[in-house]
Amino acid sequence: MRSRGRDAPPTGWADALAAFSGQALAVADAELHKLFRDPTELFTRSVQPILWLLVFGQVFSRTRAIPTGGLDYLDFMAPGVLAQSILFTSIFFGIAIIWERDLGILQKTLVSPAYRGALVLGKGLSAGARALAQSSLVVVVALALGVRLRAEPLRWAGVLVAVLVGAAAFSTFSLVVACLVKTRERFMGIGQVLTMPLFFASNAIYPIELMPAWLRVVARLNPLTYLVDGLRALMIQGAGSAFGLGVDLAVQVGVLVALVALAARLYPTVAV
Amino acid sequence: MSREPAGRDGPGPPPAAISARGLTRRFGALLAVDRLDLEVPRGAIFGLLGANGAGKSTVIKMLTTLLPPSGGEATVAGFDVRHQSREVRRRVGYVPQLVSADSALTGRENLILSARLYGIGRAAGAVRVAEALRFMSLLDVADVLVRKYSGGMIRRLEIAQALLHGPEVVFLDEPTVGLDPLAREAVWERLLDMRARGSTTVLLSTHDMEEARELCETVALLHRGRLAVQGAPAELVAGIGPEATLADVFVKYTGGAVEQGGGYREVARTRRTAHRLG
Repeated sequence: MRSRGRDAPPTGWADALAAFSGQALAVADAELHKLFRDPTELFTRSVQPILWLLVFGQVFSRTRAIPTGGLDYLDFMAPGVLAQSILFTSIFFGIAIIWERDLGILQKTLVSPAYRGALVLGKGLSAGARALAQSSLVVVVALALGVRLRAEPLRWAGVLVAVLVGAAAFSTFSLVVACLVKTRERFMGIGQVLTMPLFFASNAIYPIELMPAWLRVVARLNPLTYLVDGLRALMIQGAGSAFGLGVDLAVQVGVLVALVALAARLYPTVAV
Repeated sequence: MSREPAGRDGPGPPPAAISARGLTRRFGALLAVDRLDLEVPRGAIFGLLGANGAGKSTVIKMLTTLLPPSGGEATVAGFDVRHQSREVRRRVGYVPQLVSADSALTGRENLILSARLYGIGRAAGAVRVAEALRFMSLLDVADVLVRKYSGGMIRRLEIAQALLHGPEVVFLDEPTVGLDPLAREAVWERLLDMRARGSTTVLLSTHDMEEARELCETVALLHRGRLAVQGAPAELVAGIGPEATLADVFVKYTGGAVEQGGGYREVARTRRTAHRLG
């Protein structure tokens, strides 16, 4: 079985980048194999956002209590609920790494010469692909409820990128948390504590302008705000971006890159 | 990071497969490995013996770069584990004591993932995966989910994963723990077959004396993190007496510590592995 000719290690930047991408895609590919084999999770995780749209959205659209800049409330909140479903799914993603540590899978992976960053990004991308599948269910329900969605394909390509990058960023954040807390019990507790502040200190279900000054500052530091802002402008007829689509995307990508770099440093410490 | 092997000045014999000098690891106040010196020649099957908690897994984790040493130095395949860790990782294979095959993937998918993480190209990877499945007698179940495998099949798959990239040194942490005698012998057969092929060095940890006697040219007995004794199994036995066994060697140098060793985590891990393989 032993090979005589060893595969040449990457020597330049281009080789290293190709190796990095190949390793990240290998991890994502393996995760997606598992997901497609048992997609139950996609449906169960879609229940909560669909309930938000069906119950919360429909009730609040009747009260007309929240100023939404001329948008119907259901139209306003649909991208927020989509972002929420991405957040709620991604924020618990890190527990997978604790499972993999307890099973021994992580140790074996860490002994491979694969870049740590590629291992982390691969996990993030698989969470992104998972979020895409889940989001499509939420979009179908939004459409059925009469949410006025845009029809331009280019805008929907933008939605696809936003969901992929946003989910990858939040799931990598979750990996960072898992690397720090190291046990399932602590992780579950912290996951619960993180989701609500991230959700409510954002523009997901009400505009930032309604918030007190201190909360407005928090909301502007919250990456979820930029994800919702981008999704709203891309998905909803008549909606614009408060920060600009370029800023929204740059924030998501910047957060993802920073978190991948941080998680790559922390990743090996989980195995010990 | 340098790609030149450490400690190799000019022409001469190739460096040992594994070399450790004063290798030490502390966990807080606990001294898990204490100034270990080790020299494993190329092509050998080398046994690391010891009770639970003796420090075997910690030594392997340091040599596979999973855990940084607190002191001392070590080279694997000629590369420094601390400063040339990526070069070490390119050249080693590792089967942890825990069940490391992904049970939600098929055997083939597990191997393909390994091939891609080691940068083996698609065409070469397909050939090596097929060859590995055949060598480990897993061709018939290649496309079955690993969760449906027997314990012996899982271990053979994990060894196949560890060998796929043609490593110079393979680390097996208690490879037969939890296996029934037939499955254990099937794993032994593969390891002996590998030794006959020649060029891969194997370091395996075990507390199974029969396994050490069957497989290893040399064994090192660890006791409370320190090297108690090292030598060929037959020599160590002969040193005790004419009727002695390797178990007597174990008892002599550990004071019967086989009944004392291992904390809660270690025992839980061993039992979990045995349960999953059983």
